Amino acid sequence: MRIKLMLLLLSLIVSCKNKTEVKLENVSENRLVKHVDEKMPDLEIYDFNGLEKFLNNTDNKVYVVNFWATWCAPCVKELPYFEKLREEYSKDELEVLLVSLDFPHLYDTKLKPFIREHQLKSKVVALDDVDMNTWIPKVDTTWSGSIPATIIYKKGNRKFYEQSFDFDTLKGEVEQFLN
Amino acid sequence: MKTTIKIIAAFCFILFVSAFTITKSTLGDGYKIGDIADDFKLENIDGNMVSLSDYKEAKGFIVTFTCNTCPYAVMYEDRIIALDKKYAPNGYPVIAIMPNNVEVQPGDRMEAMKERANTKGFTFPYLIDAEQTVFPKYGATRTPHIFVLQKTEKGNVVKYIGTIDDNYKDAAAVKTKYVEEAVDALLKGKDIKEKETKAIGCSIKV
Repeated sequence: MRIKLMLLLLSLIVSCKNKTEVKLENVSENRLVKHVDEKMPDLEIYDFNGLEKFLNNTDNKVYVVNFWATWCAPCVKELPYFEKLREEYSKDELEVLLVSLDFPHLYDTKLKPFIREHQLKSKVVALDDVDMNTWIPKVDTTWSGSIPATIIYKKGNRKFYEQSFDFDTLKGEVEQFLN
Repeated sequence: MKTTIKIIAAFCFILFVSAFTITKSTLGDGYKIGDIADDFKLENIDGNMVSLSDYKEAKGFIVTFTCNTCPYAVMYEDRIIALDKKYAPNGYPVIAIMPNNVEVQPGDRMEAMKERANTKGFTFPYLIDAEQTVFPKYGATRTPHIFVLQKTEKGNVVKYIGTIDDNYKDAAAVKTKYVEEAVDALLKGKDIKEKETKAIGCSIKV
């Protein structure tokens, strides 16, 4: 465990060093100085119709789609495992998508700063669709609606998990799709 | 300098997330529509113990698993109060139950529950499922999670399971008020159109 932590830390240090400087943008006069030198990440926002394409890719990759939110503590806890997953497999093998269910009025003040501070490398999109009773069963008929929730799929093969993961369990599930 | 701060922040984050053990929720069990719900005896914010059987005059109950700390639950607080005000006089009072483990979620401790109930002016009991034995029986998985029960000779029959309405963001933009439609149907002796609905909520902390 300690070695894993050190490796993870090391990889974070390396990725920090490689980070290119961001340009100043939209600096308003009354913004705090510590915020002005960092650009907020862009965020793609979808309703469920727009999101569906990410749940139905038909190429030969394994797709790991995690539903989360910054206000969900168990979700935040497992995010590093999804990030690590992305690092361990090639982009031809596996893609991770983090679908945020954060509240739209907090995209700019909570979600984007979170993505930046935690330097999330996986693709993050926001799902903004209030008609939950319609779209939740379309994700999976067994989903009660609690998060975190995760789909792993490859072509027609698909599994849904309404649970938290540790890294080994998550990787074990992914391996079943790779073979 | 910036990089150093980031490394420290990242390290703290790793320490933070590794400091907790994994929790898994049990799903799939719990009441289905038509089941008889067991009664319970849980502590209310006023220190008294509350059971469904205390409500001799009730025709049923709007059992609401909710808490202080979930943003969805907070967004629905006013609507839960409104449900109680509208339906308690008609025999369907709201019975709110806080299901979270307060060791995991200290913001849901009894003291905090009292404060929140006071601030918002809760008109209904706000009970704590301190042993976490009631919510698994019901099969509640998230907050808020509503179970409408109808009192019959056989017991309290589960008639509706799900969410309050179809727009968490904006009460004014709601198209279907699921719980109201369910209770209205019960009061009129009619069939409930949508007996089960789903919504995103915060997982119950165990």
